[in-house]
Amino acid sequence: MSVAEFFDMGGYALYVWGSFGVSALLMVLEPIMLRNQRRAVLQRIARIIRIKAGEKV
Amino acid sequence: MNSRLINWFKFSSPATFYPLAGRLVPVFTVLAVGLIGVGLYMSFFVAPTDYKQGEGYRIIFVHVPAAWMSMFIYLIMAFWAALGLVFNTRLSGMMTRALAPTGAIFAFLALWTGAFWGKPMWGTWWVWDARLTSELILLFLYLGYLALQGAIDDTRRADRAGALLVLVGVVNIPIIYYSVQWWNTLHQGATISMDNGSKMGVTMLWTMLVMALGFWAYTIAVALARVRSIILEREADTTWVSELAEVRL
Repeated sequence: MSVAEFFDMGGYALYVWGSFGVSALLMVLEPIMLRNQRRAVLQRIARIIRIKAGEKV
Repeated sequence: MNSRLINWFKFSSPATFYPLAGRLVPVFTVLAVGLIGVGLYMSFFVAPTDYKQGEGYRIIFVHVPAAWMSMFIYLIMAFWAALGLVFNTRLSGMMTRALAPTGAIFAFLALWTGAFWGKPMWGTWWVWDARLTSELILLFLYLGYLALQGAIDDTRRADRAGALLVLVGVVNIPIIYYSVQWWNTLHQGATISMDNGSKMGVTMLWTMLVMALGFWAYTIAVALARVRSIILEREADTTWVSELAEVRL
């Protein structure tokens, strides 16, 4: 089986890669978004703590 | 009191669950990457060409696991929702909330890959058929839950309202599952059923199961990672959060 044949998927290229491609895209994007979300939450909390510490002084 | 009972409630405290989830996320991430990697290899290089659908049938290896997960995740959400309503534990609402976006993604993927499979095999992207319509309703239930949660500022009330919506919507799951038996639909019957076992070749079956296990591991990793962020957000004012190493930067 050649590489071109593999990507052609017996004529079903659009459907097979359209399915696997979008699934892969979403399942890569979701963890990336989670990582960004976690960073944002940690920054927000760190800022709150700094502000609180500043008030005490 | 029973010691096992005490242990369970101990883990329902966000402060104890947060580090536990943190240790589990990498384990399930490795499992997910490994299983999905093997599953993809099997999907394209091991599983044989189908005698009727040629290479086009390979969509099954992502379509069926995604559809399964969309239903499983909803059931797990319903479990947490019920637990939250009965025991009034904070973590239950957070777990329900953490699972919803992933469930919505899998419901969307089940519909999307289904459309990309239906077009070449049935000649149409979409039909208003019982299986497809009930799965679309499942996607709307996920989105409705997320919208409801987002609309209520008081998190405790948001959790209770969300839990109620999830529990009412659970009636849709058996409808999806049995839709292909109850109604005359374009969608084929269950590939693997509880009554008849499997109708596929052994290699195809194993490929699908490996992919499904990979999706399970992915779901657990992602849900635990998300619940950690939710715990931090909701417990931001507590001492234990302010004492965390990752916060003290």
